[in-house]
Amino acid sequence: MHREDFPMLNSDIVYFDNGATTLKPNCVVRSMVDYYTKHTSNIHRGDYDAAITTNKLYDEAREVVRDFINCNSSKEVVFTSGTTASINMVVFGYMKKHLKRGDEILLTKSEHASNVLPWIKLSEEIGIVIKYIPLNEEFALTVDNVIKSIHSNTKVISIAHVTNVIGDVRNIEAIGQICKEKGILFHVDGAQSVPHMKVDFRKCNIDFLSFSGHKMLGPTGVGVLVGKYNLLEDMDPIFFGGGMNQFFEADNRYEFKNSPVKFEAGTPPIAEVIGLKRAIEYLMDIGMDNIHKHEVELKKYMVSELEKIPNIVMYNKNSDSGILAFNIMDVFSQDTSIYLNHYKIYVRAGNHCTKMLKDEINIKNTVRVSMYLYNNKSDVDKLIHVLKQSKDIFKIVI
Amino acid sequence: MDSNLRREIILDNYQHPMHRGLVLDDSYLKTNYNSESCIDNLDLMMKVEDGIIKDIVFDGEACAISTSATSIFIRSLIGKSVSEAKNIIRNYQNMLDEVEYDKELLGELVVYDEISRQPNRMNCALLPSRAITKMIEELEGK
Ligand SMILES: Cc1ncc(COP(=O)(O)O)c(C=O)c1O
Repeated sequence: MHREDFPMLNSDIVYFDNGATTLKPNCVVRSMVDYYTKHTSNIHRGDYDAAITTNKLYDEAREVVRDFINCNSSKEVVFTSGTTASINMVVFGYMKKHLKRGDEILLTKSEHASNVLPWIKLSEEIGIVIKYIPLNEEFALTVDNVIKSIHSNTKVISIAHVTNVIGDVRNIEAIGQICKEKGILFHVDGAQSVPHMKVDFRKCNIDFLSFSGHKMLGPTGVGVLVGKYNLLEDMDPIFFGGGMNQFFEADNRYEFKNSPVKFEAGTPPIAEVIGLKRAIEYLMDIGMDNIHKHEVELKKYMVSELEKIPNIVMYNKNSDSGILAFNIMDVFSQDTSIYLNHYKIYVRAGNHCTKMLKDEINIKNTVRVSMYLYNNKSDVDKLIHVLKQSKDIFKIVI
Repeated sequence: MDSNLRREIILDNYQHPMHRGLVLDDSYLKTNYNSESCIDNLDLMMKVEDGIIKDIVFDGEACAISTSATSIFIRSLIGKSVSEAKNIIRNYQNMLDEVEYDKELLGELVVYDEISRQPNRMNCALLPSRAITKMIEELEGK
């Protein structure tokens, strides 16, 4: 779909590393170039025309996110520098203030480093206890296992909606309902889901949702934290400075503004917010359901073709997303990715920042294909063709 | 060097590396090596007695280049004195940097003489020399 909008695709590459970051369509780049060439200005502070244009776009961006994610108001939309920043803000701005020694947090072993390390650090600081909900034999998370893992001390569940290696789609609507009934806070890492499928903040009873712009056709350096307004009111900023304060005095008195501005100290990534706005509009025009359907169909096709190649091992054939982890038997994943690069097929090798997953899969490193709306059957065919000849791999990589 | 022969030596050392498998022996120095830019992750252990490298072993998960380079490196260093080892490492580094080096001294390690044409594999080829340097520095109390 829409390949003509992506200039990187003119160069005959197969881009299968969308889990890491995605290509950018012309319209996103153009919106940022316009900011840099036609209306450069800071926000909140100018009375001149360029500043008014910029301000308007920045404020509209919050509305676009609200509409996209279906939260209650644009006051619940905080711009951050990415998923990692969003999660750190939740953990050290909210959880640190409200949790106490012995409170339990539920994670899984397939979480990205960004949804584990902040919690480990907080555990070190205030003595919360981290528990890992067991995964099933396909390394996926079942609602049943979530229920079984909840105890009277469980205060938070923090999980990816879609994980970045296995690509399993968690039933966040059911889990959100359970959290609501039990009074558990629910944080969703949407880095791999928000770009690829409809995510409904209200319907899923999410308390905090984090995601990144660069994984959804937008620029690097911008992300979003969506939080229920009453929680954001009770959350402390972790950065302090200009733009976020009402006043401050020599006798140390100060007052902060309200959410979301309270969390956006300093000059925000203005061009990036404008680019992200354009990216979301572009995605909504195509329709998130169409994107998801396209990726799942393409993955099914890829799996059916890969199954015909005897020396390929796949780890997550059945997960309902555009992510596939595999290895060529007896070949180290990085050698495979170097081999594929020789044919301009871009994939990723490694543990994909989910270092604990090795406890579960017994394989530390995999090759990951992650798709997006612009991938097509011809991309898959190229990959299959090259993998079929992989007995010559060492002629290429050595 | 003929490129088929080069590939054969590298592949043989990758698929049947020597000295693979760690030992339970406190008299060995130990180091873990993983680089930021790639996903190789190797443990190396080295035993030095009276200034002579008596043994080196390794284990872990790594690509064809770093695994084979580790295997070849280990074989070239066992039996050498620490200062000879440092000299070999220095010449190896020079080879990768494409400056003058002693070909005789490097022996089989010259199979990596063209690796600098693939900048993304330099770190793989440098993994064993960096790991061994780390242990030598530890030994010398640096
Ligand atoms: C599931 C998941 N969470 C969090 C992140 C971190 O995102 P960022 O690096 O944009 O902060 C990623 C990125 O790879 C991810 O896949």
